[in-house]
Amino acid sequence: MDFNFNPEQTQFADALKRWIARDYSFEARRAIVHSEAGVSSAAWATLAELGMTALPVPEAQGGFSGSAVDMLVVMQELGRGLVVEPYFATVLGAEFLRLGGKHAGLLEQVASGELTLACALGERQSRHDMFDITTRAMPDGDGYLLNGAKKVVLHGAQAGMLVVSARISGEQRGEDGISLFVVPLDAVGLRSVDYRTLDGLRAADIVFDNVRVDAGAVIGTPGAGWPILDAGLDYGAGLLCAEAVGAMEAIFDATLDYLKTRQQFGAPIGKFQALQHRMADMYIHLEQARSMALLAAVRLGSSDAAERRRAVSAAKYRINQAARFIGQQAVQLHGGMGVTDELPAAHYFKRLASIELTLGDADHHLARFIAQPGFTDETEGAAA
Amino acid sequence: MDLNYSDEDLAFRSEVRAFLAAQLPPDLQHKVRSHLRLSKEDSVRWHKILAAQGWVAPGWPVEFGGPGWTPTQRHVFEEECARAGTPQIMPFGVNMVAPVIMAFGSPEQKAYYLPRILSCEDWWCQGYSEPGAGSDLASLKTTAVRGTDSEGEHYIVNGQKTWTTLAQHADMIFCLVRTDTGVRKQEGISFLLIDMHSPGITVRPIIMLDEDHEVNEVFFDNVRVPIANLVGQENRGWTYAKYLLGHERTGIAAVGRSKRELAFLKGLARRESKNGKPLIADPLFAAKLANLEIELMALEMTVLRVLSKADKAPGPEASVLKVRGTEIQQMLTELMVEAVGPMALPFDPAYLEGANEHSVFDDDDAAPLASYYFNYRKTSIYGGSNEIQRNIITQMILGL
Repeated sequence: MDFNFNPEQTQFADALKRWIARDYSFEARRAIVHSEAGVSSAAWATLAELGMTALPVPEAQGGFSGSAVDMLVVMQELGRGLVVEPYFATVLGAEFLRLGGKHAGLLEQVASGELTLACALGERQSRHDMFDITTRAMPDGDGYLLNGAKKVVLHGAQAGMLVVSARISGEQRGEDGISLFVVPLDAVGLRSVDYRTLDGLRAADIVFDNVRVDAGAVIGTPGAGWPILDAGLDYGAGLLCAEAVGAMEAIFDATLDYLKTRQQFGAPIGKFQALQHRMADMYIHLEQARSMALLAAVRLGSSDAAERRRAVSAAKYRINQAARFIGQQAVQLHGGMGVTDELPAAHYFKRLASIELTLGDADHHLARFIAQPGFTDETEGAAA
Repeated sequence: MDLNYSDEDLAFRSEVRAFLAAQLPPDLQHKVRSHLRLSKEDSVRWHKILAAQGWVAPGWPVEFGGPGWTPTQRHVFEEECARAGTPQIMPFGVNMVAPVIMAFGSPEQKAYYLPRILSCEDWWCQGYSEPGAGSDLASLKTTAVRGTDSEGEHYIVNGQKTWTTLAQHADMIFCLVRTDTGVRKQEGISFLLIDMHSPGITVRPIIMLDEDHEVNEVFFDNVRVPIANLVGQENRGWTYAKYLLGHERTGIAAVGRSKRELAFLKGLARRESKNGKPLIADPLFAAKLANLEIELMALEMTVLRVLSKADKAPGPEASVLKVRGTEIQQMLTELMVEAVGPMALPFDPAYLEGANEHSVFDDDDAAPLASYYFNYRKTSIYGGSNEIQRNIITQMILGL
């Protein structure tokens, strides 16, 4: 057993830390958030230069075949830096392409940083069930016509290509008949409305009105997209867990610092036991969250899908809880300053709240954990 | 990053598992798994079986009779014992006084006491808490006054200890006593080894809320203690006590035992029914159960992370493990009681003490659960209450 990060992972982390400290200060980030584009092409170029876009891409497509643990290291740093660039969306899209086993050319473009991706999966009624799809893909010659609407597509309007889930057949909430398609953002019949999300990122609502794609746009096998979607969503949830840990570390450190410096009643407020014990509870949450992010990252490499689902849902559930507790308490311990726009604390809090709502909230993942083999039935799972 | 055990550790696990399968007496295993109360004889029997194998003191250095295991092997051993359902080795001798004697005791003390601890010839208890010294342990008042008589130099001890676990069985007690009242309270404390059979010692039972006699008050009335029973230097006892507190590390989380208890709880929840379906299929109960299981998964990872840094000195991280570990243990007992519902109501002390027949019709496994639930309220209070652990986290880790 070995809990250490390897030298390459430490190098990635250090490189990101240096970049964020130099170029991605809180004020620089604020300017990006409020800019027209909402993202920074310079930041993206640097991420590519640092090898971050190549990291998750297979070596055969010019990447580094980075593991989920490698990605955990990166996402923690981006979480700590509160980076708003379309990295998560792109990496998640690339994972779908990788799982589909085709689209080598697109993966090469992702690796080099030329192409950003976004994932158009959720619809108005889907909530956290990504199999709940009404968008249709009707056969049309050697291709398909896409019709439907996707909601809150993270960085949807900043992407070059979209990974879109649509239904070739089956019921609205069925796992059969789902396909994933890769669609250029400038396809005819595609309209998007770009907006800011509560945490300063960008998302888009996207309408597909007879958007024609050819057969080559299908990721994996037509109609059998669910296993890819399910596995990719776990990968994405794992990434978010890691990002949340980074954000929680940062907001925790900021709060600790505040407790040591803010004076009331003639003493630093960190001398008061009510606040000390709150901080100790936040620390315990953080430790448990770190443990679960690691467990998820390691199990994402497992060939056993049930074991992967079990670990990822456990992690996302636990980290959502930690994110809410740490986020809320950090704001509380900052007092009035915690509810201003001026300090980073509120911005971390908002990012953590967003992560809670992305790729499955606590209830969703608790129910999914319960539904895995070994919980309700007699065959004991790994915890026995 | 690699969460797999090495081949050596896996082979070790198999060895431990095979030993337990062959050597753990079924009647003891039954008592442990069924939450029945263990007698002194039960504990001593299991202690001697492990001692014969050379495994009773996993944390001891080889020179004193330890098995020379790595921290990971010790973890695996604890986990396997918990999984099988062995009685716990009483910590007071093996894990508490022994490390202090090894670190600070005289050669004579080491030569005399350590083998007797290994063989269970002496049953030890801990004389720390007093009526006026609980979380504020350093304010203890039991005095030891130095003197000389015809038999040589000695201390005369007067005062009272309390919450003394299983003192009714004990041959020896290690005590913190005040030897200097004129200095800062931490600086006037000494660490004494006292024969429980000495004249002037009285043990009075304290019956707890589960009606069990687990703890006692111990009174000292002019008890003569030979000077040779002082550990280390006079007035340095607080330092030794702190060393002892830091010695207990990852085991404090009791992850292995909680995993066994989770499996037991799930068994109950599959057997009990609600709305015509197994209780485990009830969304409200399942949510509580899953929440608990996930918290335990996280704690296990946290323990392994702390363990991986075990070459460093025992750290305040143990406080995190104590808080979460005991909270999980308590949640398990709460849900066990909830799972059996009204069947937790019959209270039958004779059955808990080992009488073969339960005085109500069946439901043997439900009988001890309320008692277990009540008993385990102690876990967040003993060993430094969970509030004290939070103080340790804030001071030692967060620097507040």
